[in-house]
Amino acid sequence: MSGEVLLYIGTAILLFPLLSFVINLFFGKRIGKASSIVATSILGVVLILSFIIFYSKVFGHFENKLVQNGNILLEVSDKILQIKFTWLDLQTIQLKVGIGIDNLAAIMLVVVALISFLVHLFSIEYMSGDPRYSRYFAYLGLFTFSMNGIVLANNFLFMYIFWELVGISSYLLIGFWYEKKSASDAGKKAFLVNRVGDLGFFIGIMILYFSYGTLLFDDIFGSIAQGRLPFDSETILTLAGIFVFCGAIGKSAQFPLHVWLPDAMEGPTPVSALIHAATMVAAGVYLTARVYAMFTASALSFIASIGAITAFLAATIALTQVDFKRVLAYSTVSQLGYMIMSLGVGAYTMGFFHLVTHAWFKAALFLASGSVIHAMHHAAHHLGDHHTDPQDIRNMGGLRKTMPWTYRTFLFVTLAICGVPLTSGFLSKDGILAGTLAYAQLTGGWHWLIPIAGFASAGLTAFYMFRLLILSFHGEPKTNVAKHTKENNWIILLPLFVLSILSFWFFYSPNPLDAHQGWFPKAIVQPKSVVPDEQQWEFLLINGYNQNEHTFQQVEHASHHYINGFEEAMHHAHYPAMILSLLIAGTGILFAFLFYQFKILNPDTIVNQFPLLYKVSYKKWYFDEIYNATVVAATVGFAKISALFDLKIIDGLVNGSAWVARNLGYFIGHFDNIVIDGLVNLIANLTGFFGSMVRYLQTGRVQTYVAFAIVGLILLVYFLF
Amino acid sequence: MGVGLTNYIVLSAILFGLGIFAIITRKNAILVLMGVELILNSANINFVAFAKFNKLNIEGHIAAIFVIMLAAIEVAVALAIVLNIYQNYKHINVDEIDSLKE
Amino acid sequence: MQSSLGFPILTWLVFLPIIGMLLVLLVPLGKDERSREVSHIIMRWITVVITFIQLILAIVIYLNYNKGLPGVNDASTFQFVERLTWINANFPIIGHIKIEYFLGIDGLSVPMVLLTAIVCFVAVFPSFVIEKGVKGYFAMYLLLDTGMMGVFVALDFFLFYVFWELMLLPMYFLIGIWGGPRKEYAAIKFFIYTLVGSVFMLLVMIGLYYSVGSFSIIDMMNPENFKPNSIFEGMHTTIRYIAFMALFIGFAIKVPSVPFHTWLPDAHVEAPTPISVILAGVLLKMGTYGMIRIAFPIFPDAVGYFQSLIAWVGMISIIYGALCALGQHKVGQRDFKKLIAYSSVSHMGYVVLGLASMRPEGISGAIFQMFNHGTITSMLFMIVGVIYDRAHTRGLDEFGGLANKMPVYTGIMMVAFFAAIGLPGLSGFISEAMVFLGAFNTYPYLTIASGLGIILGAAYMLWTLQKVFFGNLPDRWNKPWDPTGKKFPGDDLIAREYLALVPLAIIIIYLGVYPNPMLSLMNTSVNYFVQFMKPYVLIGNFLSGM
Repeated sequence: MSGEVLLYIGTAILLFPLLSFVINLFFGKRIGKASSIVATSILGVVLILSFIIFYSKVFGHFENKLVQNGNILLEVSDKILQIKFTWLDLQTIQLKVGIGIDNLAAIMLVVVALISFLVHLFSIEYMSGDPRYSRYFAYLGLFTFSMNGIVLANNFLFMYIFWELVGISSYLLIGFWYEKKSASDAGKKAFLVNRVGDLGFFIGIMILYFSYGTLLFDDIFGSIAQGRLPFDSETILTLAGIFVFCGAIGKSAQFPLHVWLPDAMEGPTPVSALIHAATMVAAGVYLTARVYAMFTASALSFIASIGAITAFLAATIALTQVDFKRVLAYSTVSQLGYMIMSLGVGAYTMGFFHLVTHAWFKAALFLASGSVIHAMHHAAHHLGDHHTDPQDIRNMGGLRKTMPWTYRTFLFVTLAICGVPLTSGFLSKDGILAGTLAYAQLTGGWHWLIPIAGFASAGLTAFYMFRLLILSFHGEPKTNVAKHTKENNWIILLPLFVLSILSFWFFYSPNPLDAHQGWFPKAIVQPKSVVPDEQQWEFLLINGYNQNEHTFQQVEHASHHYINGFEEAMHHAHYPAMILSLLIAGTGILFAFLFYQFKILNPDTIVNQFPLLYKVSYKKWYFDEIYNATVVAATVGFAKISALFDLKIIDGLVNGSAWVARNLGYFIGHFDNIVIDGLVNLIANLTGFFGSMVRYLQTGRVQTYVAFAIVGLILLVYFLF
Repeated sequence: MGVGLTNYIVLSAILFGLGIFAIITRKNAILVLMGVELILNSANINFVAFAKFNKLNIEGHIAAIFVIMLAAIEVAVALAIVLNIYQNYKHINVDEIDSLKE
Repeated sequence: MQSSLGFPILTWLVFLPIIGMLLVLLVPLGKDERSREVSHIIMRWITVVITFIQLILAIVIYLNYNKGLPGVNDASTFQFVERLTWINANFPIIGHIKIEYFLGIDGLSVPMVLLTAIVCFVAVFPSFVIEKGVKGYFAMYLLLDTGMMGVFVALDFFLFYVFWELMLLPMYFLIGIWGGPRKEYAAIKFFIYTLVGSVFMLLVMIGLYYSVGSFSIIDMMNPENFKPNSIFEGMHTTIRYIAFMALFIGFAIKVPSVPFHTWLPDAHVEAPTPISVILAGVLLKMGTYGMIRIAFPIFPDAVGYFQSLIAWVGMISIIYGALCALGQHKVGQRDFKKLIAYSSVSHMGYVVLGLASMRPEGISGAIFQMFNHGTITSMLFMIVGVIYDRAHTRGLDEFGGLANKMPVYTGIMMVAFFAAIGLPGLSGFISEAMVFLGAFNTYPYLTIASGLGIILGAAYMLWTLQKVFFGNLPDRWNKPWDPTGKKFPGDDLIAREYLALVPLAIIIIYLGVYPNPMLSLMNTSVNYFVQFMKPYVLIGNFLSGM
C-alpha cells in the first residue's frame, strides 16, 4: 500500500477510539448495554487497520516522496512515513506538529490495538452490572485514543499532549469506582506523581524548543547532528535528555516515582491489564526509544542505572506482597526497569522487544488475575461472604481444580515472564541480560552492578511469580470462597488464550534460543545517534569511526558481522548470559517450590531470621512513608503556611493599615472637635461673656442712661481738655 | 465788686447740677420733667449772660427765647407722654418703667 | 467619525448597556407580589437581550476585523476608530485641556472585547436568582458592562481613566448590597485597593499630559512627542522609572499580583455568583490589559529596567497563589470560592510571566491566557454557584459524591477543572504552554520554578474534585437538616444553567483543539509589539531571525 494511504489509515486509527469515547460519553446512557458492543467493534476495526499498517510498514518498501498539500506536508520514506502541519501559527514562529509511522510505531500500534481490543472484550463480561458501564467504555476509548497519539506523535508537542491525556484517562480509570476513598486517592496520587515527571519532561521540551525553535523530532535531531547543542553545551544536552527521560520515569513508574503504580491497582482489573501493565506504562519506554538518538553516554548511564535500580527494588518488594494484583504490579515495575535498563545499556532492540513480549504476557497475567478475582468475587457474593478479600492470595489456593483453563494460561505466561526457553520472555530477557553483560564488559567499573541487578531480579522474578502461582492455584483451598469458585465463560477466557499463544517463541524467531534470527531485530534497528561522537559510548559508534586507535581496530576486525563494538560484545555475551539466566531462574523456581509447594523450607523461619529485610520488603522500602513525611508534608505545610501568611500577615498588614488609618481618623476627628473647634467656641464664649457683662448696663431706666451720658460727657471733657 | 460773668455761670452751673440731680434721683416723672426745665433754664441764663458780657449780643437773647418756646412745647409733649405712661402703668414711677431694656 | 462599518460600532458596543440600564430603570415595579414578579422577569430579559445584542456586535467586530493591521502605537492601523474632541477648553491655572473621545481596537484588545461580551452575556443567567432589589441590580450590572467595555476600547488615557472609575462604582454596590455576610468589608476593601491604584494612574496620567500635551495613549508611546524639559522627557530617567512603577503597581493591584492580591479572595467570597464571574472573568484582565496597552509601551525603557522584577512578580504569584489555594483545604473557612480566587491569582501570574518574557510566544500566550482564564474561571465560579444555589453553602468539607447525584453537572465541571490544571485538548493548556515556552527563552530558571505551579495546580484541583464530587454524599444531606426541612436538591442542571455553562465549555474545547482563530487575531499586533519593545528589553533571542 502506498505511504499516503497508510498515513490516512494511521489518522483513522488515531481518531476512531475518540469516536468511541464521544459516542459512549454522550449516548452511552441511551444505548445502555450496546455501548460495549459499539466500543469493541470500533476497536476491532482499529485492530484490523493496525495490522494492515504493521504488515505494510514492517515488511513493505517505500519510495522517497514529498507531497505538499497546502499547510500539510506528507513525507514518505523507507524509514518513516509522516505528516507535518502547522498547528500554532504565530507568524514569526510556527509550531509544526504531525504524526509519523516508522517500524517502532507500527509494532507499537499493534500492541496497543490488540491489547485494547482484548481488554474491551474481556470487560464486556467483567464490568457487566456496573452502574457506569458505558462511562467505562468511554474512558477506555479516550485512553486508546491518547495512547495511539503517543505512538504516532512525531514531535514533542503531540507527545506531551497525548502524554497528559493518557495521564488523565488513567486518572479517570483508576478512580473509576470513586465512591471508594482509596480509589480516588490512588487516581490522584497517580496523576500528581506523573505530573512531577511531566514537569521534568516539559523542562526538557523547553530546553529543546529554546535551542531549536521547533518541536519536530526530525528537526531537533537534525540540528543536533549538525553540531548545534543547547546553550552550546554538552552538559545541557545530557541534561535535556535526562529531563525528557523524567517523563518516562513518571509514566513508566521508575524509581523514584514508581510509588503510584501499585496503588493504581484500585482500578478495575482489565484497566490494570491495559494501562498499568501493557501499554501506558510502556509509554515511557517508548518515549525513551523514540528520542534515543539524542541521549549522550552520560544520559544513557543515568537511564541504565535508573532501570537497574527499579528492576531490583521492585522485585524485592514483590517477594512479600499478599495482594494478587500488587504482586503483579511490582512485577510490572520490575520488568519496566528491565526495559529501561536495556535501552540505557544500548541493547535498544532487545529493550523494545521486551516491551512487546512483556505486553502480551503481562496483559495475560492481569487478565488471568481478573478472571480469578471475578470468580472469587462471584463466589463470595454467592456465599454472602463480604469479609473475604477476593484479591488476597492468602484467601485462595487450589484454584487449579476449579479454574483449570485460567490456571493453564497463567502457568504458561508465568513461565514466559520467568524467562524459560520456548517462550517469548526468554528471547527478550536473555537479550537484555546479554546486553547488560556486554555493557559492563565494555565500560567496566561500577557498571558491573547493572548486570548483577539484572540477574538478581531475574532470579527474584522467577521466585515471586511461582510463589504467587503456587499460593493461589496449588494446594488446598484456604477459604470457603476459594472452594466455590467457578471457571469463567469464554468471553473472559478468549483474551487469555490469545495473549498466551502470543507468548510462544515462533512468532518472533525460528530459533527458540536466539532472537537475532527472527524478523524483529531487522525491523527495529537502533537509530543512529545524533550526539557528537565524543559524547557517545565509543563502542556504540556505528562502523567504529573513532579516533581511538584501539577501538577502531577492534571494530574494523569485527565489521563484517557487526555494526558496532557493542553488537559484537553482546553476541559474545549471549551464551554466558543465557546459561546464567537459566540457572538463576531455575534456582528461583526451585526455591519457590521448596518453600510453598513441598514446604521443605519454611518461609516464616526466614522471616524470623531477617525481620528487618522482611519489613523493608513488605513495607515497600518505606517509600510512601518517606514521601508522605517529606515531600507531601512539606508541600501541605508550605500551603498551610502560605494560606495563614496570606490570612494573617498580608491581609493583616492591609487590615492593620486600615486600622491605623481609621484610628488616625478618629484621633484627627477628636483633635478637630476639641482643640480647633474649642478655640472657635472659646472666642464665641468670651464674646458672649462680655456681652452679658455689658448687658447689665442696659437697665432700661432713662435715668441711668442719663447718668452714663453725663459721666461720659465729663470724661470726654476731662480727656479732651 | 459788681456782678460779673462768673457769677452768672456759677448760678447756671448750680441750676444745671440741680436739674441733673433731679433727673437722676427723682422717681416721679413730673419731677424729672421739672429737672429738665431747670437744665433748660440754666442754659437760658448762660445765653443771656453771654449776650450781655460777650459778643453774642442779640443772638443770645433770641436763643433764650427760642429755648423758652421749645421748653413749653417739650413740656406739652412730655406731659402727654407721662399721661400715656400713667394710663399704661397706672403710675409714673420712672424706676419701674424699664421696657426700653427689651 | 464613522467606523469602517458605516456606523459607530464601538460606541454602540460601549453604550448599549446604558440604554439597557435606562430601560430597566423605566420598568415600573408593581404593587403586589405578582406584578412585581412580572416586572422582575421583564428586567431580566431586557438584560439578556441587551447583552446578547452586545455579543452579536462583538461577533460582527470579530468577523470584520482585519488581522493584517498591527495597531499598538500606530494610530492609522487601529480599526473601527472613532475620534472626536470631547473637552477642549482653557481652564484657569491648569491651562489648556484637550480630551478626546478616541475609541479603537487592535489585536491586543479584540480578544478582550470578545471576552467581555461573552462573559457579560453568560453571567446574566446566574443573576436570575437575585431576588432583592432586582431593578438596582440589573441597572448596576449594565453600567458595569459599559465601564468594562469602555476600558478595552478607549485609546485616550483620560477616557480610559473615566471608564476605569465608572466600572468601580457599580462593582462596589454590587458587592456591598447583594453580597454575603461580610459584604461591606469586602466592598470597601475592593474599593480602596482599586482606588489606590487609580490614584497612581491619575498622577502618572497628569504627568504624561503635561509632557506630551495630549491624552492620546498612542501619542504618549512616541518618545519624540515628549516636550523638551518636561518631566518625562528623555529615556532611562529616574522619574520615568518611578512613573512606570506607579502605573505597574496600579495595574498589578487589579490583576492582582502578589502582594497586592488580598482584596480578591474577600471580594469573591462575598460577591454574588454572577459578580464573581465578572470579577474573575473580565475585571482582572483589565490589569494586565492596562500593562500591555499603557504601562509597557509608554515606558519601554523602564520595562527593560524592571523586566526581571516583573517576571519575579509573575513567578511568585503563580506559586504563592497555588500554595494558598492548596492551603484552603486546611486553613480558614475552607470556602470553595476562596480556593478558586487564589487559583485566579496563580493563573494571572502566568499572564504576568508571559508579558515579562517579551517573546511573541510569551505575549500571545499571555493574551490567550487572559481570554482562557476568563472563560475557565467564569465556568468555575458558575459551577460553585450551582451548588451554592442548591445547598446554600460552599464549604469544601461539606460535600461529597456529587458525581453520582448530578452526573451532567460533574461532566461539565470536569471540563472546567481540567482546563484549569492545563490539560491538553482544552484551551488552558495552549496558553500556559506558550507562556512557558516564551518565558523559558528569557528567564529559564524562573520558568522552571514556575513549573511547580503546574503540579500544585493539579494538586489543589484534584483534591477539590475528590472532596466535593467523589466519595459519597454526607449523611446530613440525606435527611432534613435545616429548619425548612429541605433535603439536598439533587436535581441536575436546569436550562438556565446549561445556557450559561455549555457555551463556555464549547469555547474551551474548541480553542483547545484549534487555537488559531484566537491566535491569528493577535499575531500581527503581538509581533509588532515585540518589535516595538525589542530595543529596550531583554529577549531570549537564541533563535535566528528574532
